[in-house]
Amino acid sequence: MGKIKDRLTPIGEFVPQPDDDMIICRCEEITKGEIRQAIHDGMFTLTEIRRFLRAGMGLCQGQTCTRLVKGMIARELGISPLEVEPAAARAPMRPIKMIVLGNEGKES
Amino acid sequence: MPKVKETEILIVGGGPAGLSAASAAANLGASVLVLERDGKPGGQLIKQTHKFFGSKKQYAGDRGYQIGDLLIEQCGNNPNVEVWTDTTALGIYEDGVVTAEGQAKHLKINPKKIIVATGASEKMIAFPNNDLPGIYGAGAVQTLMNVHGIVPGKRVLMIGAGNIGLIVSYQLMQAGVEIAAIIEAAPTIGGYLVHASKIQRAGVPILTSHTITEAYGDESVAGAIICKLDESWQPVSGSEQDLKVDVICLAVGLSPLTELCFQADCQMKYVSELSGHVPVRNEYLETTRPGLYVAGDVSGVEEASSAMVEGRLAGISAACSLGYGEDIAPKLQAEALAELSELRAGPAGQKTLRGIMNLMDKGGAVC
Ligand SMILES: Cc1cc2nc3c(=O)[nH]c(=O)nc-3n(C[C@H](O)[C@H](O)[C@H](O)COP(=O)(O)OP(=O)(O)OC[C@H]3O[C@@H](n4cnc5c(N)ncnc54)[C@H](O)[C@@H]3O)c2cc1C
Repeated sequence: MGKIKDRLTPIGEFVPQPDDDMIICRCEEITKGEIRQAIHDGMFTLTEIRRFLRAGMGLCQGQTCTRLVKGMIARELGISPLEVEPAAARAPMRPIKMIVLGNEGKES
Repeated sequence: MPKVKETEILIVGGGPAGLSAASAAANLGASVLVLERDGKPGGQLIKQTHKFFGSKKQYAGDRGYQIGDLLIEQCGNNPNVEVWTDTTALGIYEDGVVTAEGQAKHLKINPKKIIVATGASEKMIAFPNNDLPGIYGAGAVQTLMNVHGIVPGKRVLMIGAGNIGLIVSYQLMQAGVEIAAIIEAAPTIGGYLVHASKIQRAGVPILTSHTITEAYGDESVAGAIICKLDESWQPVSGSEQDLKVDVICLAVGLSPLTELCFQADCQMKYVSELSGHVPVRNEYLETTRPGLYVAGDVSGVEEASSAMVEGRLAGISAACSLGYGEDIAPKLQAEALAELSELRAGPAGQKTLRGIMNLMDKGGAVC
């Protein structure tokens, strides 16, 4: 991020592909087509894709799809996957029941 | 229970790296707490029923789960070690407090030193219908079979001919499951040839330069289409084959589980030889966040043998930095470093060595 110029570089039209309905993020059921479309709508980082589509924000917290999404961003933008910045890792990094948080402080 | 648990050394992950770190640090006198997400510590070792390769010093020849039991016993016998199972670390904060969920509580731990030994997660590949029931990671198949005694199905397509793909295929065969084929996108078999030839002798084809193009089935997997790849890894048209299988097993590599390191703001670097983003660390496995060490697959995917030695090294270094065993620690560290070089002397180790060279932080001595 930060490289505003990159945002202005045209990346071409979104061209549908035959396997666009393939699921990439299994937890949130986000397809390849949705992710590619989001990239063409201007989401150039993993964090933006996460916030926009919730891909990588489900039960496994991106353990399954992050690498795949990163590869897709790189391919659509015509850059190396190494240039795609890693997604921010936040706590809680594994699912936790709301009741556990809700009960906090109720007992000594 | 106090609101914040104090401990000298917190170890996240009770696999071979974490358990070895725990007993090494505790032997020098440090008090140690291990958090393990599973109900039983041991990590990958729990489900390894095969005899391990590697050096005798790291119990080669013993079966994986036996090595795991041995490490658990070593920790169990040491009053300085406390192990919390069914407890998952959730995050690490700026002040060094680690949060976790366990005993149906949101736990907070304030350690003086941290060793991250969370291991790795399985990689996934994209192909149509890869979300059908019947598609598993190799680790999941091993857990099902070797921990729970359940076979995943009748006929399996294995994807990946590295050691994990080969070993899990063989274990499936031992359990009476048919392997339709093992396919591998690379032009050569990645795993040890002893494993590969054992499988080939039993009549299972190992197809190199092959990939899966799709899975199909209504409720669950009914089959898979595979095809040949040319020299530039492109599908060769007309080479498609339809395999009737009810299980597709993915053994396409592991990625280090480094979220905690990212959260702790450790300097990270992508090193392909180590299988992904790994934290920069010094020779004694301390990362760029002072007092936070890494050991095992999380610091670069390798083997249980090196994970145990790395764990020991990180444990000794963390204990020593707290003032324990300062007299003998340098000798123990040197021994562990020598064992690591010995383990990495083989051809497989060359890759790891290249990766570490790439990564190594220059400064930062311990003690
Ligand atoms: C099929 C197969 C065959 C193998 N064969 C061999 C062999 O013959 N010889 C050999 O040397 N190696 C072998 N290995 C490799 C070896 O198993 C691994 O390299 C080794 O287990 C890595 O150890 P580790 O402690 O780093 O990670 P792991 O064993 O993966 O342990 C990590 C532990 O951390 C826990 N954990 C993760 N995240 C959290 C969290 N947030 N909170 C709490 N706990 C957490 C996990 O539950 C796990 O128990 C094999 C691996 C496989 C899959």
